Amino acid sequence: MKKVFTRPKTLKDVAYHYCPGCTHGIAHRLIAEVIDELGIQNTTIGMTSVGCSVFTMEYFDMDMVQASHGRAPAVATGIKRVLPDRIIFTYQGDGDLAAIGTGEFVHAAARGENITVIFINNAVYGMTGGQMAPTTLMGQVTKTTPFGRSKEVNGFPVKVCEMLTPLEGAAYLARVSVHSPKSIIQAKKVIKKSFEVQMEGLGFSLVEVLSTCPTNWGLSPLESVKWLEDNMIPYYPLGEFKKPGVLA
Amino acid sequence: MTRLLMKGTDAIGEAAVRAGCRYFFGYPITPQSELTHYLARRLPEVGGLYLQAESEVASINMVYGAAGAGARVMTASSGPGISLMQEGFSYMAGAELPCVAVNLMRGGPGLGNIAPSQADYFQATKGGGHGDYHMIVLAPNSVQEILDYTQKAFDLADQYRNPVMVMADGIMAQMMEPVELEEERNIELPAKPWAATGMAYHQGRNVINSCYVIPEEMEVVNLRLEKKYQQIRQNEPLCDSYLLEGAEIVLVAFGTASRLCRSVVDKARQRGIPVGMIRPITLWPFPYDFIEDIAGRVKWMLAVEMNMGQMQEDVQLAVKGKIPVYHYGRLGGMVPVARDILEEVVKLYNGGALR
Amino acid sequence: MLEEIYIAGFGGQGALSTGQLLAHAGLLEGKCVSYVPIYGVEKRGGVANCGVTISDREISSPLVTEPTVLVVMNNLSLARFQDTVVPGGLIMINSSLVESPVTRSDVKVVSIQANEEAEALGNVKVANNIILGALLELTGVASIEGVEQSLKEVFPKRHHHMIPANVKALERGMELARAHKLSQVD
Repeated sequence: MKKVFTRPKTLKDVAYHYCPGCTHGIAHRLIAEVIDELGIQNTTIGMTSVGCSVFTMEYFDMDMVQASHGRAPAVATGIKRVLPDRIIFTYQGDGDLAAIGTGEFVHAAARGENITVIFINNAVYGMTGGQMAPTTLMGQVTKTTPFGRSKEVNGFPVKVCEMLTPLEGAAYLARVSVHSPKSIIQAKKVIKKSFEVQMEGLGFSLVEVLSTCPTNWGLSPLESVKWLEDNMIPYYPLGEFKKPGVLA
Repeated sequence: MTRLLMKGTDAIGEAAVRAGCRYFFGYPITPQSELTHYLARRLPEVGGLYLQAESEVASINMVYGAAGAGARVMTASSGPGISLMQEGFSYMAGAELPCVAVNLMRGGPGLGNIAPSQADYFQATKGGGHGDYHMIVLAPNSVQEILDYTQKAFDLADQYRNPVMVMADGIMAQMMEPVELEEERNIELPAKPWAATGMAYHQGRNVINSCYVIPEEMEVVNLRLEKKYQQIRQNEPLCDSYLLEGAEIVLVAFGTASRLCRSVVDKARQRGIPVGMIRPITLWPFPYDFIEDIAGRVKWMLAVEMNMGQMQEDVQLAVKGKIPVYHYGRLGGMVPVARDILEEVVKLYNGGALR
Repeated sequence: MLEEIYIAGFGGQGALSTGQLLAHAGLLEGKCVSYVPIYGVEKRGGVANCGVTISDREISSPLVTEPTVLVVMNNLSLARFQDTVVPGGLIMINSSLVESPVTRSDVKVVSIQANEEAEALGNVKVANNIILGALLELTGVASIEGVEQSLKEVFPKRHHHMIPANVKALERGMELARAHKLSQVD
């Protein structure tokens, strides 16, 4: 029988702990496929963060370093400066990156740190049980915004790609989604490009991946996909915000 | 061997370079800044990197990354910045990563001031971060010792895969004293087969981690760490003593305070008061056994510190209630005056004689 | 021999470099030395003091709290530190800058119009070395040759052309101190 589909080499043969319908698994797979295709499994070092992605180290078959909450870009900086010829990426959620880690990713970008950041934005805190994230949409109900996010109390969501665009050190910034087959194919292309930017030594690259969290959104997996499409994409437009040498 | 006049901060920086450290991540704070000026010039000369981070939080995490990649790496700060690094120290202790961190202590709490202090003793020796862990803490008291013990700190860090702190203050940082500087030589750094350098560069898969979700697994790690700490307690306590022979009274002091106490001992002896001094060099592991031994043959001890009696507690633990342990301290960045310490000694000595 | 020298002035007056010169010179002559600067948070014009210890034996405390020699470069420092000098000690004053009197009667006092003396040599900037020359003559902590050698180490290369003028100042200071000693004998 001909094998038409298989687990990427860079993914370990273990079951994810993620909830049904969560798109973390898709993002993992895309990264692993890209690493396989680029042939860099043995020269890549991944940073895990704090939150649902804390177990990433159990899934990727490569050297991994666990970072404290929000600090993965600083840890990645330390490794990259010691081993400039290795490929270094961080995998961070919206709480880790856009709340507690705001200092670290902004300055890694400003320095033009030659690393790749994969930023999973699902507009809610997963691991701690559904609280507001910095990327929670206006009016969105979470455990800590039971009447919906309001500008009076909570202010406005953080648009990470848009915020980094003016920084000269940021070489490649893009936002993708993994809610449909078409968007997944596009996401993989973008993730691959972000690694290639690093391999060519062009500077900081970040891919924001719009993702679902059915459990904490209180929706079924199918409803979640629709919710992402109807609510997140209008606020967080997809596309490449910055490419090396070219302002989007 | 060259004999030259060297400043404390330059000695820290040069010691790091001599120890094979090629990476420094830090954030400026007085009185640590002059060390960063030295290394920002010196490290590039030897193919190293000085990187100014956006905060002490980022600094220690860059150190964590560099250590995880197998490098000899250092950071330095003063009180407030060291407080921000505590999370990182805990993670490094948990992931068993070596690094050297220098704390040039200043007056606190809070923003305090930039004057010399020893008030970060508890933070350094009792675990300023969370969880069951220890850092090795070295307290030099001269520029020569800064040079020697900063180099030793890197060896200890690698040997035990544990963060090591060198503690001093603004006086030690600014002070100039003669040092014997050996010829620079190539040193062989220990292999680090556990480092995360990419699977192409070692056997199997390396993971740098302090996360153990299952309590049973975490406990096993805690016990393994404790075994290591026990080994350090046994092998590494270091202390110095001065004129203990015939002493009835012992001053206990470290760092800057110990220099003052040495002159107090001289002056007291001139007046016929039998005073000696013990100077812990490792604040963790604390030289409990040595102090306990001496406690058996003296009348009382006086802990002299630039804080409100933090090391005094360790001296009390050491003497196990056999003799009284008094305290003399100046606070908030004030430096004790030898004359005042001597007065305190005389007062206690006379009071003791009356009883 | 043990001299504990405290030099007090404002930032920019050269107290710190004078202290470093002394410490270097002591080191060159094989003495035990230490130098501890104490300064305020201001980068310019604040307190800039230093303690220099020069001794035949190992130095217990590098902190000079009871100096054998006090050098003062402003009124404030004289008021603040004259009481710390050990009985029988020496207070050296740049009387071009300090007007207030020394109230101690148990110490030696040497006043030098260092700025005027320096101007007479053609450069007011060498005033400190006139005092330093006098200090060498009065205490014998180091030789003028030692200080001359130290000038090369303490001064950045771009200021090395100033060294001859500074040596002249040291010599002038020594001369003044010798005259002072003679006048004391009379």
